[in-house]
Amino acid sequence: MVFRLHSLWHYTIVACLIPLLGLFIDIAFDNLGANPIQALHIRLGDWSLRFLWLTLAITPIQTITKWRGMTDYRQLLGIYAFFYATLHLLAYLLLDHALMWRIIGIDIIESPYIWFGLLTYSIILLLALSSPKWAKKRLGKSWKKLHRFIYIAAIATIIHYYWQLKGNLAEPLFYLIMLILLLSFRFSVWFKQRQFNKLMIPSGKRVLVINTNPVEIAESSPEREVLLQKMEREP
Amino acid sequence: MIIKTKKDIPGHQITDPVVFMQRRKIIKALFATMLGAGISPSWADNKAWGDIKPADLSAKALTPTPAELIKNHTNYYEFSFNKTDATSLAQNLRTDPWSIEISGEVEKPGIYYLEDVLAQQNLQEYIYRFRCVEGWSMVVPWIGFPLASLLKKVSPLSTANFVKFTSIYQPDLMPMQLNHTMLEWPYVESLRIDEAMHPLTLMAVGLYGDILPKQNGAPLRLVVPWKYGFKSIKAIVKIELLKKPPLTTWNKFAPNEYGFYANVNPAVAHPRWSQSSERQLGSGFFTPRRQTEIFNGYGEQVASLYSNMDLRHFF
Repeated sequence: MVFRLHSLWHYTIVACLIPLLGLFIDIAFDNLGANPIQALHIRLGDWSLRFLWLTLAITPIQTITKWRGMTDYRQLLGIYAFFYATLHLLAYLLLDHALMWRIIGIDIIESPYIWFGLLTYSIILLLALSSPKWAKKRLGKSWKKLHRFIYIAAIATIIHYYWQLKGNLAEPLFYLIMLILLLSFRFSVWFKQRQFNKLMIPSGKRVLVINTNPVEIAESSPEREVLLQKMEREP
Repeated sequence: MIIKTKKDIPGHQITDPVVFMQRRKIIKALFATMLGAGISPSWADNKAWGDIKPADLSAKALTPTPAELIKNHTNYYEFSFNKTDATSLAQNLRTDPWSIEISGEVEKPGIYYLEDVLAQQNLQEYIYRFRCVEGWSMVVPWIGFPLASLLKKVSPLSTANFVKFTSIYQPDLMPMQLNHTMLEWPYVESLRIDEAMHPLTLMAVGLYGDILPKQNGAPLRLVVPWKYGFKSIKAIVKIELLKKPPLTTWNKFAPNEYGFYANVNPAVAHPRWSQSSERQLGSGFFTPRRQTEIFNGYGEQVASLYSNMDLRHFF
């Protein structure tokens, strides 16, 4: 079992590189159309978005399937989102603009959709830097708060996507709906938790409950799920 | 009117004469093949555009973008939002026979067959820059004639202040028209009469020495090289001369983003993106973007049309 999980981990690492391999093949066979620079740039951005969305999907999947072994995969997918976003940014700076900083400066100042891309990148850069286990330990409670910024990154990403388009809005609409589902899941958990807290603390009188014994909660009880959510350290 | 010629062209953009002559030969060979296959539509005369001379206004020193790129990178939203898919979808378009209705403030309104229009015109090659509002550009060797020489044939009245163009409406063949997707169909564009009469403004019927491909706007399209590409309406069926400016398609869809004038201007950004630079199709990786020129480099010829106008307001 340990060995199989171990190899699944490795398979995942390799599988996440397949989009990049696909890109190299398309470059080699000149398959990127009349504007290959833009095509490559967009493909890298698309994959960064997809990995970000997959990262956000892990917690709901854990909650629904009650399988709690996926935290490492969430970290891995998040780092791949950062990896593709870095390539996306490098493609913009190097392939498209050949490091002509004056033109890049004007382009950024005059293009609001790029502001949102930069906001996303700044956030996921911070999240990637703080993702190693030692960083997580050092940051303690603030780690969770910091990593909640992924929601802002995701919203900025979808704005970045919409605001650069002139025509077809069907594809970003798909990702927008997915994002709304992913975020509303968290909202519903937060809302349930709030209701539960209200139940625990009767109105008008605050009581501090210190319980030294483990509490037995029935497997079927709805409170159990909410408590498990609260115990989760990460967003 | 004195039309000044294009200013200096950088050395790297000048085509080697050997390459140029080879290209002529290839075009002629392609052309012969096409004629042999007998696919020439009725409005193209039997020599098709066999012996075309470059026009004086043509930027002869510019290297045209490779034909394969021009033919497979089009915004033809009637067919598809995808620039490549439009190529195959547009082949369904019925372009033969083709007639153009000219009406409004003219002495000689009527419905004119394209072949009759072409019989009266001197077709020439015009190599022009083409700049899309999306931030890409190309150099296109159009074949066509000045719009002014068509308009003069129908004698505009002094009350004609604007020219309105309408594209073909064939919803059975055009999915976006059928589904009423996004824009209001048929596509409509317009020019001020002085813009329409400017010698740079073309009616194009050909590309690269050949008949205009359907995805590029066959059989007859407008080309206004100093304006963003969306002004250069494709597959024209109606030309109306009007007293007042009509609402145009993109302007109606998003008036704060796509102005009536739509003159290429690096100093006036689109509300969501910069217009200061453009990606030239055919340029390689790590090649810097071209810095966009005011009026797409045709300022010497057209800037006087807009003197005393605030180009930020009339974008």
